[in-house]
Amino acid sequence: MSVATHDDAHAHDHHDHGPAKGFMRWVTTTNHKDIGTLYLITGLIMFFVGGAMALVIRAELFEPGLQYVDPHFFNQMTTLHALIMVFGAVMPAFAGLANWMIPMMIGAPDMALPRMNNWSFWLLPFSFVMLASTLFMDGGAAAAGWTLYPPLVLQTGNALPFTVFTVHLLGMSSIMAAINIIVTVFNMRAPGMTMMKLPLFVWTWVITAFLLIAVMPVFAGAVTMLLTDKFFGTSFFNAAGGGDPVLYQHLFWFFGHPEVYILILPSFGIISSIIPTFSRKPLFGYASMVYATGFIGFLAFIVWAHHQYTVGMPIAGELYFTYATMLIAVPTGVKVFNWLATMWRGAMTFETPMLFAIAFVVLFTMGGFTGLMMSISPADLQYHDTYFIVAHFHYVLVPGAVFALYAATYYWLPKWTGHMYDERLGQLHFWLTTISVNICFFPQHFVGLAGMPRRIPDYAVQFAEFNAMSSVGAFVFGFSQLIFAYVIYKAIQGGEKATSEVWEGAEAHGLEWHLSSPPPYHSWTEAPPKEIISDLH
Amino acid sequence: MASTSNEAYYIPHKAKWPIYGSIGLFILLAGFANFLNGASYGSTMMIIGGLIMVAMLFGWFATVITESENGIFNDQVDKSFRWGMAWFIFSEVMFFAAFFGSLYYTRVLSESWLAGDLSFSMGATKELWDGFTAAWPNNGPGHVGGLEDGKFEPMGAWGLPAINTLILLSSGVTVTWAHWGLKENNRGQLIKGLIATVALGFLFVGLQATEYHEAYTEMGLTLGTGIYGSTFFMLTGFHGLHVTIGAIFLSVILYRSAKGHFSEKHHFAFEAASWYWHFVDVVWLGLFIFVYWL
Repeated sequence: MSVATHDDAHAHDHHDHGPAKGFMRWVTTTNHKDIGTLYLITGLIMFFVGGAMALVIRAELFEPGLQYVDPHFFNQMTTLHALIMVFGAVMPAFAGLANWMIPMMIGAPDMALPRMNNWSFWLLPFSFVMLASTLFMDGGAAAAGWTLYPPLVLQTGNALPFTVFTVHLLGMSSIMAAINIIVTVFNMRAPGMTMMKLPLFVWTWVITAFLLIAVMPVFAGAVTMLLTDKFFGTSFFNAAGGGDPVLYQHLFWFFGHPEVYILILPSFGIISSIIPTFSRKPLFGYASMVYATGFIGFLAFIVWAHHQYTVGMPIAGELYFTYATMLIAVPTGVKVFNWLATMWRGAMTFETPMLFAIAFVVLFTMGGFTGLMMSISPADLQYHDTYFIVAHFHYVLVPGAVFALYAATYYWLPKWTGHMYDERLGQLHFWLTTISVNICFFPQHFVGLAGMPRRIPDYAVQFAEFNAMSSVGAFVFGFSQLIFAYVIYKAIQGGEKATSEVWEGAEAHGLEWHLSSPPPYHSWTEAPPKEIISDLH
Repeated sequence: MASTSNEAYYIPHKAKWPIYGSIGLFILLAGFANFLNGASYGSTMMIIGGLIMVAMLFGWFATVITESENGIFNDQVDKSFRWGMAWFIFSEVMFFAAFFGSLYYTRVLSESWLAGDLSFSMGATKELWDGFTAAWPNNGPGHVGGLEDGKFEPMGAWGLPAINTLILLSSGVTVTWAHWGLKENNRGQLIKGLIATVALGFLFVGLQATEYHEAYTEMGLTLGTGIYGSTFFMLTGFHGLHVTIGAIFLSVILYRSAKGHFSEKHHFAFEAASWYWHFVDVVWLGLFIFVYWL
């Protein structure tokens, strides 16, 4: 069955329900594409908000001494920058991609639970208003870092309960989104779309959703204990009452470690979609990719205390967490080598999505290697709380998760808007971003190894050159993202018409390329023909 | 060509209740935060937000119940609801896991560290909390909370808690008996089973309230009584809250059953309520063993 007749069939189904008109379309929508768009736009806006905070931090650190902000405000910036980037930028952006792509990829008409989907999104703007408002309260926003460790965080002023409730709202939103994704994938697949035929992006999101449902409630419980310790006289984190502040760290990182995989697993899925398309080959080692993802998801739950080596742990604990953490390198290595093997002898071209995907493989792997260094507990005693850690997790989160989001945006933007993006600007964005991100974060390895502590607004003069370099990189990086926003805006406004397959040969790589560009309002009102599914790589 | 029921998979449009939910929850939580910070308008905000939430829940569920009774949901939609409810309960299990985990952590690890156990810590706390010995229950080396002398009486297992265990286990039986009635289209058995379950549920909550009253007035055991009071009241309190929610849930199911809703084959809401009920039952068994008994 050809694509054209398929689209005709959709045109006939369409009479009953197009989108509502005006602003209320977006408030009351139950459509997976509308909600996906809302998530993606929210992610982009919050990326700029969190980015502005990062630039406050880098401006202050441009040279030694206190220049622009007072230390307390500096700490509010590091705290909110992290919370906003994690919960406001990266997670909503991935949820947006899941909403847009999963029904199209599995041959479903929409997400399984469309009303709940609407609520998952619409809790977010309210949470971010609540979080942002804490900046203007007595005592300022939370300034104890995104980990919100007691007892320090309990010294927060009026912002504390608002911060806790923001976490609750975000947790509700994430849990509902995760439930929706799992139910959609389990229950809405087209006939013939077996679990082992699912695109890797769908698989990685399923595992991510498991992690979300399992750990967001634990974080909610931990911050609830902060609230009751502060306002209701409990002693969870108070040694005098028999509690222990380290308990909070265990609870937090039982959430926090899976959380960082929540930020990276969907990236793996994106990269696993893009590299085969631009190598014009099927993905190498599909099954091993699925099992590796599952294994990473499992390991996520049993390695958390490697974030707490310096706080004091029985030696057996230090050893166990060291070895368990090192194990993560095995499934991750499987992924990296599979990506390389996919490219091997492929007929490769280097459009913007592929450039970002290749940069992801190289730079994420570097971030992974520094992670391996820190997994060794005696070595980590040296790195802990230094800029080496900052460099590590920014390498996995910026040229890792964020690059995957850029790659995904360029890859699917023609599908979403029906227009090709501006390739020249895309490549300019790529080169500026990739060069500046390294100028920003690479020197932080050196100052970190030399002992520069994180979350401090001032530093010894010996670190001056590298910090200046890092700040220049950060500003170039930040302003380069305006190009990205402009490319998206331009593609929405118009441009060269995109075909339904967009990329040469993409039809073999996923069902989404069998729908028109832009796709009809409801994706697959009729299940896609089985022949198409069985022909997929 | 299409062999799935995709055509019939019901996709609702123009959902208005979620935004009420967001606004209501925002006002409720912002009000609670303001209340905690001592602002006079906090409680008013909480009442307004709470009322919006009640209206939202009422409206949203009413919409879905009407749709269900009109036969809009096919088997595939039903299955989505089932998966959804199952994973929601799993998230609840993990919420309780945070508090159970805290209980185990304090009882197994931090007790002995506070007492200066050299095999587990560097022994630094031996000087800090001299004279503190690891024994459960305790309210810490600072004797936080409790009566004037810092002492308190822990809650025993074999009084009210044992009776409550019997009550909750019996209610698990009655709800299953009601389910059998529903599946055999025996409406009388369904309704009798549900009445018994709801009554046992509220009886449990009532006895729990009696127990709390006794703890606060006679035993020196409050939320502020060190780590024992914290874990005791947070665990049993959140559980009691869930029993209350479950009993309200079952009351709605009872009301719907009396109105003739549900059929032998099509009764997802009943099953969701009973799954939820069994979940609070299992959590209680964990509480009875680890909070009250051992």
